[in-house]
Amino acid sequence: MKREWIALLLIAILCLAVGLAEPRYLQPRSIDSILLWMPLTVVLAMGQHLVVITGGIDISIGSILAFAGIGVGLLLKAQPGLPIPLAFACGIAIGLVLGFVNAALIVWLRLAPLIATIGTLAAFRGLTFALSKGDQIDGSTLPDGLTSLASNGVSAGGVTVSWLLVIGLGVAGATALFLRFGAAGRALFAVGSNAEAARLRGVSLSKATFVAYSTCGALAGLAGVMYAARFGFVNPGSAGQNFELTVIAAVAIGGAKLTGGSGTVTGTLLGCLLLSCINVALSTLGIDANWQLLAYGTVILAAIVVDGIRSKAEVAR
Amino acid sequence: MPLNFYRLTPVVLALIVSFGCSSTEPQTDSGPTPVAGAKMKLVFIPKSTGNPYFNQVAKGFEGASGIEFSSQAPATADATSQLAIIKEQVQRGVNAIALSANSPDALNEALDQAKAKGVMVLTVDSDLTGNESHRDVGILPTNFKKIGPAQIELLGSQIGYEGEFAILSATTDAPNQNAWIETMKTELKNPKYAKMKLVEIVYGDDEPQKSSTEAEALLTKHPKLRGIISPTSVGLAAAAQVLDNSGLYPGGAKATGQGIVLTGLSTPNQMKKFVEKGVVASFQLWDPADMGVIATHIASNKLTLKPGDSFEVPGKGKFTVEENNVVYAGQLLTFNKENIGKYDF
Repeated sequence: MKREWIALLLIAILCLAVGLAEPRYLQPRSIDSILLWMPLTVVLAMGQHLVVITGGIDISIGSILAFAGIGVGLLLKAQPGLPIPLAFACGIAIGLVLGFVNAALIVWLRLAPLIATIGTLAAFRGLTFALSKGDQIDGSTLPDGLTSLASNGVSAGGVTVSWLLVIGLGVAGATALFLRFGAAGRALFAVGSNAEAARLRGVSLSKATFVAYSTCGALAGLAGVMYAARFGFVNPGSAGQNFELTVIAAVAIGGAKLTGGSGTVTGTLLGCLLLSCINVALSTLGIDANWQLLAYGTVILAAIVVDGIRSKAEVAR
Repeated sequence: MPLNFYRLTPVVLALIVSFGCSSTEPQTDSGPTPVAGAKMKLVFIPKSTGNPYFNQVAKGFEGASGIEFSSQAPATADATSQLAIIKEQVQRGVNAIALSANSPDALNEALDQAKAKGVMVLTVDSDLTGNESHRDVGILPTNFKKIGPAQIELLGSQIGYEGEFAILSATTDAPNQNAWIETMKTELKNPKYAKMKLVEIVYGDDEPQKSSTEAEALLTKHPKLRGIISPTSVGLAAAAQVLDNSGLYPGGAKATGQGIVLTGLSTPNQMKKFVEKGVVASFQLWDPADMGVIATHIASNKLTLKPGDSFEVPGKGKFTVEENNVVYAGQLLTFNKENIGKYDF
């Protein structure tokens, strides 16, 4: 049974069970909430997906998100008329630079990805504090054209697919195409499954590392601007905090091997959808706040255990 | 989430700061160099630099005449950097120190030395809880016991004292939040609020994402909801964005009936946009500047105070000294369309 089908089945079971317990969970307003939870996670997860395929990991994405969000916020403060697409481009550019720093640490200083990005997780957050001087970007700085990307979108049957989600799905589509048809994309799989064999075939590990981490950084930068659009403010301390854990969980639930070499965009996308459904379900069911985190962690573990059983069964065959 | 990698941030930051020699040097924010003279010298030591809240506190000091005011903020909000500033300022010969303490006990010795040299020590906004004897007077923002009732009244007056409402709080273990929620519950027993029903308390953990999801779920779960109180700035901003997006605020595009009234506690800058747009009609906070005004008054008049004393501050009214020599600086301010433009913090 393919990994994607398991994820889909889990989502269906969850929605059905929660829907039975609280029918309002399946109402348009609640579905809107599920769809609004997704975009940031999807964009970040696509970047993480690329990194995980190479056998690496990027813990620093939440800090990159915050730095880009604050950076673009300050730009908008200085230049209130800045066109929205340009704001997005700036966010992506900032993220690209920070992602490049991650890659440089891993390739040139030969640091393990986990260690390198734990370091930059702190360092980039520190940079964010320094850049912002501790002040947050308030709603009055952010133009309505930006925040309306969260409220407006394509509506059908009372449900709205926000422009933010459209961006997220666009990023997912581009990632899928890149991995399937791009030479650089295929190189990520090659170095992730067997770096030595890849090298013998002339595929450069360092080049693949630069591509993966820089893209991951660029997407985290994009997510920084989307964060500003979604929440209407960017706080240097709380923006993107702990996002790396959610995103890595989404990628793992989606079936990508954390040791590298395999994973599908559809799987990761479904991983994001599952986490989104769980988060909204926990709030909608009115589960005692003191138990929510435990419930959330348990569901993630369950999803990954199911996957483990499936993989073992595959090996046995 | 269980693993908090970000807890490393302060550690690494501290390392970075301790290696960069200039960063630990206290920064002079304002104030002229001291000249020998009759003017009384007062220094304000906030928790850290670059915090708009303390800039607003400082405004209260700046307004006073007859004193020479300066502000010395540490680069990071830790007690050790405040320790250095306190010693340095005592050497400079200040007459009074107004301190927002970064630790309730680490500064005791330095403050005792200052007091021994005749320097008046006041705490502002953040007190030396449990170590009150090491300062003369503690000036705190407002009487926290009054926040809960004030919030209930603010919501009640906007929904005709009738209907379902919910509270969006921070974390389940936040002491201030829980104390305020308790006083709200007590206040609801007042017959005036008999028709107001608290249907749920939810927790957004002071995370924008979680707060938004919780606010959205409230709208899903309680179709008859008339109001939300969020006594935390992250929650209030997130809920305001949710109401703005959904158009369910009073007069909003998709409001059913009279719409959902949102109020809570936050700073004017964080809420300006929503108030101007009409998503939120009013919310509350104390004015941090009041603390500066009162500290200046106590210092410049060299008031020796003990619990039960009262004193008059021109333009601000009469204040009573509470237990532990605490003075509550002000009333809660209600911000709305008319006055929000006057504040910048």
